[in-house]
Amino acid sequence: MADLADLTVATAGERLATGEASAADLLDAVIRRASLTEAELHCYVTIDHDGARRAAEESDHRRSRSESRGPLDGIPLALKDNFCTRGLETTCSSQILSGYRPPYDSTVVARLRDGGAVIVGKTNLDEFAMGSSTENSAFGPTRNPWNPERVPGGSSGGSAAAVAAGSALAAFGSDTGGSIRQPAALCGVVGFKPTYGLVSRFGLVAFSSSFDQIGPLARSVADALTLFEAVAGHDPLDATSYPGTVPEARPSLETGVKDVRIGLVRELSGEGYEPAVTAATNDMVAQLEASGAIVSEVSLPSFAIALSAYYLIAPAEVSANLARFDGVRYGLRVTGETVEEMMARTRAEGFGPEATRRILLGTYALSAGYYDAFYGQAQRVRTKLINELANVFEQVDVLVSPASPTTAFELGAKTQDPLAMYLTDVCTIPANLAGTPAISIPVGLDADGLPIGFQVMGPALGEARLFQVAAEVERLATFDHRPEILAAAGDRL
Amino acid sequence: MTDWEPVVGIEVHVELKTASKMFCGCAVSFGEDPNTNICPVCLGLPGALPVANAAALESIVRIGLALHCQIAPQSVFHRKNYFYADLPKNFQVSQFDSPVAINGWLDINLDGTSNRVGIERAHMEEDTGKSLHQGGGGRIHSATSTRLDFNRSGVPLVEIVSRPDLRSAAEARAYAQDLRALIAELDVSDARMEEGSIRFDANVSVRPVGAGELGTKVEIKNMNSFRSLERAVASEIERQIALLEGGSRVIQETRHWDEEAGSTRSMRTKEGSSDYRYFTEPDLLPLVFAADTVDRLHSDLPELPADRRSRFEGMGVAAGTARVLAMTDPELRRIFTEAVAAGSDPMTTAIWVTGELTAVLRKTPSSKVAGVGLAGLLAMVKEGKLSSSAAKEVLTEMVASGDEASVVAERLDLLLVSDTNAIEAAVTEVLAAQPHAVARYRSGEEKVIGFLVGLVMRSTGGKADPKLVNETLRRQLVG
Repeated sequence: MADLADLTVATAGERLATGEASAADLLDAVIRRASLTEAELHCYVTIDHDGARRAAEESDHRRSRSESRGPLDGIPLALKDNFCTRGLETTCSSQILSGYRPPYDSTVVARLRDGGAVIVGKTNLDEFAMGSSTENSAFGPTRNPWNPERVPGGSSGGSAAAVAAGSALAAFGSDTGGSIRQPAALCGVVGFKPTYGLVSRFGLVAFSSSFDQIGPLARSVADALTLFEAVAGHDPLDATSYPGTVPEARPSLETGVKDVRIGLVRELSGEGYEPAVTAATNDMVAQLEASGAIVSEVSLPSFAIALSAYYLIAPAEVSANLARFDGVRYGLRVTGETVEEMMARTRAEGFGPEATRRILLGTYALSAGYYDAFYGQAQRVRTKLINELANVFEQVDVLVSPASPTTAFELGAKTQDPLAMYLTDVCTIPANLAGTPAISIPVGLDADGLPIGFQVMGPALGEARLFQVAAEVERLATFDHRPEILAAAGDRL
Repeated sequence: MTDWEPVVGIEVHVELKTASKMFCGCAVSFGEDPNTNICPVCLGLPGALPVANAAALESIVRIGLALHCQIAPQSVFHRKNYFYADLPKNFQVSQFDSPVAINGWLDINLDGTSNRVGIERAHMEEDTGKSLHQGGGGRIHSATSTRLDFNRSGVPLVEIVSRPDLRSAAEARAYAQDLRALIAELDVSDARMEEGSIRFDANVSVRPVGAGELGTKVEIKNMNSFRSLERAVASEIERQIALLEGGSRVIQETRHWDEEAGSTRSMRTKEGSSDYRYFTEPDLLPLVFAADTVDRLHSDLPELPADRRSRFEGMGVAAGTARVLAMTDPELRRIFTEAVAAGSDPMTTAIWVTGELTAVLRKTPSSKVAGVGLAGLLAMVKEGKLSSSAAKEVLTEMVASGDEASVVAERLDLLLVSDTNAIEAAVTEVLAAQPHAVARYRSGEEKVIGFLVGLVMRSTGGKADPKLVNETLRRQLVG
């Protein structure tokens, strides 16, 4: 029998239901896995041993009285460390929030607790979710379970690596420019960014408010949907929360792709794309066509300038969102002779280089005299991209592309070159600009044994069609590889 | 020598008295212990998000409509970025180029003449917390420590910006008073200057009379009464004229009104140009005001002070009295309306209501006076049954007891004697005793009549109707 730590959420749920395993068993399994892998991988900033134990016991108690609360009751999950958790340290992997314990749970956390989920701990991220490799963490980088010399991607690298390594059965992350899908691709797991507004952002420490969206990282498309369903739906505490009904996607998981119109995005290929990535993408497209999909190549010219627009709008919002970290009310305080000096010192010492860079970029982009050329122009690009996407979705049902132009790169490879690092998000950023849903599914390995992610993008609220295609991609890919580190760990188990 | 024309515009901040704050569920309440009405949202904790208060938005639409503004069909919140310890997010949610209300006006009334003041805009924003500086005389730069109270943080604030249409300190004061009365009428704010629930800042410049361009403007702050607003504007006008006449320039700056010194002083030494880097607040959706909602709010507006003032003037009340009456307590206006309905003369009633009755009720708050009662009192004065001074005494007692004027007058023995026989007899008696005075009158010295009236009044214990006494005296003296 496979280690419980390697189960999907669905299978673990079955074991719980039949009594073959308890929530405490599942928690033991992932905690043991973590104890074997954390020293090397560093997926977690905080493991909540006591809280998780208590939650697992409560879950088992409920189950013994047939009061179980649904598919996540008793399932050990990990949360990116930018979700506020009441009384549990929430750092955003930043010195400036080191030791900060929020007085409230984010809406997503509250819904997970209501559903009986066992929150194992808080995973590592690029500081305030700004980065693509999880190297911008004040507490040290997370490493890729497929090869610890490689990055797990980012910014939800801790969540992606934990799911790949088995130190959680599934996890939540946040996706502002690809921060769920890109690390999912690099770690060989499924990563889903829902339509903007379907999952409440209340209690998610803001990076770029108009892009941020919470979503799951999981071992299967079905698990990703289960996690999404558990937290989606209108929240009166988030004014940008979608007030309508959440699209019903589960029935379409088994539908197949016959006559589904699929557009391959021309702009997300060519120079800068690893041949193995391009080959895997084209191969999957051919398989989808063989399964009955109607495939065409489509062009979205704005995709070519989406990255530039993103790196003006997102930092602009960052410059305001991160202004509140000033040492006055919570978090780090470095004293000074005056209030202004205290604030300046706190911020200078509290923020790492990438956070500082983006605050400066954003402040500049919004400054008098530059606003229209930078921020204003970027918003016009965003509008143009939204219109282009809307037109394309008249012709095709979904768009497909690689989820990342490369597989996992080595630690340190891009840390001295911010622009090269920003380019790793080129495939994922358009969906954030448009607020549309997108998912990454692992479809194969490159010659170095590193996972390749395939992205499916849908129109706003097009989750049903998105999951329909994603499920078919998963079936066709039959991705059942495991990181070597687990094989090694398995020997020790 | 040049003649100078002052140009003044006023910015008003109105704290709304909604049940909850602008973007969270915390109570709006004054005078509570520090940091008791706070939550993650108004403390700017990480992850907290704003949700706009519908009642506050309704209030600003009503204010806009009452100021004859256009209500924007769609309006947007912006972030105004600046660092300050009592601003928890280090940005204020406000509105930049897309306010809720634009292009309105308010008719103000000064010394009986009406004047239309343009309203540029009214926009919605949130208030900041309060810094309580400890030591060093309460000033930020000399304080030893500062305490922060966030109870006020996030209280809904409406900023109303006038056009630079005011031409004197007195006009500035009249505008402020009339605007405050309008806000009070709408019942959207406590509108108390001393509590800071309504705050006035003035933009002042001067230019040579006839000049088309505006002079350099100075913003003055910290006026906590209408009187200090008027004084501050007057002082700033004088300061600027003195500068210009002395060959200097006016510097664009913010100045602080010092009530004790009676002058303004520079507040921001290293002013520079502050760049607030406004951009659309991504956590809030654009505000959309449906036409039928706006129409409903418009038709539900109460009668506004300026309209009421015109109505009173139309009834024959003099302009100055009409202005006071239009802005006075609704209870007093109810009494006025009832008294007039019961037959009292509007002008006389208005004078009594805004004068004696206001004074009496201020001393002894009471709900026992009815308009009909006041009408009864005024009728007795008119009919000669009470003297004006006795009527004031009667009114005080009416307020205390709730009894009718005639009953009170009788009880206090203040009724004038209008029994002609008694007066005839008293006059006859006085004339008989004063032959010398009678002779002087008959020789043409008419002013002696006053002396004789006094004697008759004294002999009747002051209760004779003076008018009747006068008539009777003249008749008997001729006869």
